[in-house]
Amino acid sequence: MRRFTLIAIPYLWLLALFLVPFLIVLKISLSDIALARPPYMPQLDPAAGWEGLKSFFSELDFENFAFLTTDDLYWKAYLSSLKIALVSTFLTLLVGYPVAYAMARAPEEWRPTLLMLVILPFWTSFLIRVYSWMGILSNEGVLNQLLMWLGIIDTPLQIMNTTTAVYIGVVYTYLPFMILPIYSALEKLDGSLLEAAEDLGCSRLEAFWLVTWPLSRNGIIAGCFLVFIPTIGEFVIPSLLGGSDTLMIGKVLWEEFFSNRDWPVASAVAVVLLLILIIPIVLFQRNEQKQREAEG
Amino acid sequence: MRRFSWFNTVSLTLGFAFLYLPMVLLVFYSFNESRLVTVWAGFSTKWYGELLRDQAFLDAAWVTVKVAVFSSTLATILGTMAAYVLVRAGRFHGRTLFSGMIYAPLVMPEVITGLSLLLLFIGLNLDRGVFTIVLAHTTFAMCYVSVVVSSRLTTFDRSLEEAALDLGCSPFEAFRLVTLPIIAPAVISGWLLAFTLSLDDLVIASFTTGPSATTLPIKIFSAVRLGVSPQINALSTIMIAIVTIGVITASIVSKRAAVAQRRDEQAAIRAE
Repeated sequence: MRRFTLIAIPYLWLLALFLVPFLIVLKISLSDIALARPPYMPQLDPAAGWEGLKSFFSELDFENFAFLTTDDLYWKAYLSSLKIALVSTFLTLLVGYPVAYAMARAPEEWRPTLLMLVILPFWTSFLIRVYSWMGILSNEGVLNQLLMWLGIIDTPLQIMNTTTAVYIGVVYTYLPFMILPIYSALEKLDGSLLEAAEDLGCSRLEAFWLVTWPLSRNGIIAGCFLVFIPTIGEFVIPSLLGGSDTLMIGKVLWEEFFSNRDWPVASAVAVVLLLILIIPIVLFQRNEQKQREAEG
Repeated sequence: MRRFSWFNTVSLTLGFAFLYLPMVLLVFYSFNESRLVTVWAGFSTKWYGELLRDQAFLDAAWVTVKVAVFSSTLATILGTMAAYVLVRAGRFHGRTLFSGMIYAPLVMPEVITGLSLLLLFIGLNLDRGVFTIVLAHTTFAMCYVSVVVSSRLTTFDRSLEEAALDLGCSPFEAFRLVTLPIIAPAVISGWLLAFTLSLDDLVIASFTTGPSATTLPIKIFSAVRLGVSPQINALSTIMIAIVTIGVITASIVSKRAAVAQRRDEQAAIRAE
């Protein structure tokens, strides 16, 4: 009996506040927009009984999904989210790998401090970290002032409100997610393997390429997914740094809901976004499981 | 004794400069006299004064703290229960669905979580405000808590619990007297994680709140949408300071606790 309550409380909570809301989104994505409160049709009328239920289901359709394919805005936004997520994941790897590598090779008594320095930004507000780049990248910002003072440029570079600013924002905020899994893979690396490779005639670069890189592959894959998955649906970074030029699906969904008040289309956008995300999520889970099996 | 090679020194310096310079600049410009944020016009703390006199910010801060305290506490209780169920309850009907519902919110885009909860609250005709934000934050934070706690639960020696049961403890007593003290560090870090996630959240709070409650992130977001503002720099500096002090204190406390534990263990070994 006690076991039953223990299971039931978190179970029911998640059913009510995770699964049911999601089913509602699914249902509304099949409804039509209406000038009413709430602003969509049809409404389920429990008083009408079986007949009401039948007419309710007969009015649901895939119109909104069809609409998503006809309007350029949506598929462009999906594609550009994917592109931005891919490019920024690659850039994060480029920045994160050398840092993780250097941390793993640092003297042992330094490592806890370095680790804390990587984790510390994670505890500071995400919003503030994104915001901090607004003062750096804007036309009269710190970066442009510095470059002009150095005489490298004469007129300010337009970085703010471009996709470049979004890349910088993503790399900056998600860098710890890339560094940590790679670091934990590299830290376990047995140094004698590298010595063996060098004894057998490898150059240091060859030893890195043939030994270190493959052995840190699981960390790299995990880090890439941890950056890629949340970036696709990102809202804060494109709306603060990307300006109106940057098209990302999280922002489209937000505007569809808050500005256009078209709930059915916003719900359809959400459903398609989730369908896109299922592939990387499943791949990520598989990678994690393989790693656990390899360790256990 | 290993030393830093030049390559590693350069990558660490550049990497940490990249991570910390933006925040250092933010703190630096919060003491700027000028309203033009990037033109230095002398040292001043006037933006802090203005911030502390701004009732709207103080109200938002109070709402945020209230939401964070309630939701992280609830999330810790529910998340610990969920972790216990995942690791200890064995097989039951719908276990796959349960673990799916624990892990899915971790990868769910915030815009979707926010949208779906809002539609639920509207369907239930709930008045949106502090209460609905607490419900929303509890739901996603409990999943993070349960991941943290369950990783601790899987690694600890189960025979300790069994011994307590053999010695006549009820299952609840065994949990309170044996399990809970052992997993306490994980429960505390789960609470801290839930608290920070709640303090931080803009997207889900924007969806699930109503006109009656504005949280600090919502306030910050609407203030900075149009550009950099010195007041927000001051506010950010205060928040960065709190977090830094908190993290450093926590790491010192846990280091001391680890040292004390090692000393106790060694004393126990010597006593044998």
